[in-house]
Amino acid sequence: MAELKLRRSLLYVPGNMPSMLQNIPLFNCDAIQIDLEDAVPYSEKDAARILVRRFLEGYKDRNKEILVRINGLDTKWALDDLKTVLPALPDGIRLPKADSPEVVERLDTLLTEYEEELGLPIGHFRILPSIETAEGVINAVQTARSSPRLIGLAFGAEDYTATMEIERTKSGEELFNARMNVLWGAKAAGIQAIDSIFADVNDMEALRKETELIKRLGFTGKCMVNPRQIDIIHDVFAPKQAEVDYALEVMDAIKRAREMGTGVISLKGKMIDRPVVVRAARVLNTARAHGMVDVVINEEDIYGAE
Amino acid sequence: MKIVKKGQAGTMQSSDLMVTVEPADELVIDIQSTVKKQFEHLIRAKLEEVLARCGVTAGKIGISDRGALDYAIEARLEAALQRAGGE
Repeated sequence: MAELKLRRSLLYVPGNMPSMLQNIPLFNCDAIQIDLEDAVPYSEKDAARILVRRFLEGYKDRNKEILVRINGLDTKWALDDLKTVLPALPDGIRLPKADSPEVVERLDTLLTEYEEELGLPIGHFRILPSIETAEGVINAVQTARSSPRLIGLAFGAEDYTATMEIERTKSGEELFNARMNVLWGAKAAGIQAIDSIFADVNDMEALRKETELIKRLGFTGKCMVNPRQIDIIHDVFAPKQAEVDYALEVMDAIKRAREMGTGVISLKGKMIDRPVVVRAARVLNTARAHGMVDVVINEEDIYGAE
Repeated sequence: MKIVKKGQAGTMQSSDLMVTVEPADELVIDIQSTVKKQFEHLIRAKLEEVLARCGVTAGKIGISDRGALDYAIEARLEAALQRAGGE
């Protein structure tokens, strides 16, 4: 089973603010999304992309994943964003308004051209598309399979509610169907699902509730606008010790079952069979990425030998 | 490159700087900084390095610095030069 790359917390940093950019090495989030889009006024697009380029060139000891949110491919700024920023080697591009697979495919082609020009292996730059319009939600399942560069699908609730002409609430009922479509697309394609930002940085209780909700639904990470939100998000996504202990017992039980020639066994009165083992393996894989266990789960542990 | 018109870039926020470039017959650099006493020579060296790389030999370069690091000085000067009609 491939090593799981944790992307629990993805922090937006405005691309035109040196005071925020130079704190990037200090933030304890899993990934940074340097923003050239909504956080930068039209009049500063040119200056912001130069600032980001020079900052990234000097940030040599990268200690987290660095994505750059460029302007939409339908704007006049997108190509200059890529041309200026890619030589400074971000890990990937957060693509706004990824309304269809074709939009992602277009970025994929552009990235290939830059990789050839820069002498990088094809596929070096990853893509995280934003599903943030009604059309984007409808096409999410196809978009999730549009490029091998995809690390996940990211849901953007602020823009989504704007295109739906509705208000975003803290309880989030209005987002349920859209979130599920993004999740189905991502899970079916075997990539990660990243949830939207939570805008009220003073309401930590509601942030925790929303993060618990989206974790239960299947999201593996969440975007953020403020570093104060990092700790709560990490806390919610961390596997609980009891879950890890139980997962280890499940793996042990299924091993005993197979030694007896069966694929099903009872553990403390509960039936253990393949789907339970698959879930346990996922818990252990996540726990390993958190440094909680050092067991490596392989296919044979989950499915048994032929 | 040649500075053909006035160009300005940057902000007055902390860790940033405002750069203004204007056409002139010779190269003049004016530095205002909250850390001028300690760092003027380093700021000047950085500005001169970028100007030389961009081939700027004449112009009035003014900066108002709020404690910017090297990368920001470089980026803001480049942006101001770009807006001044060069590159």
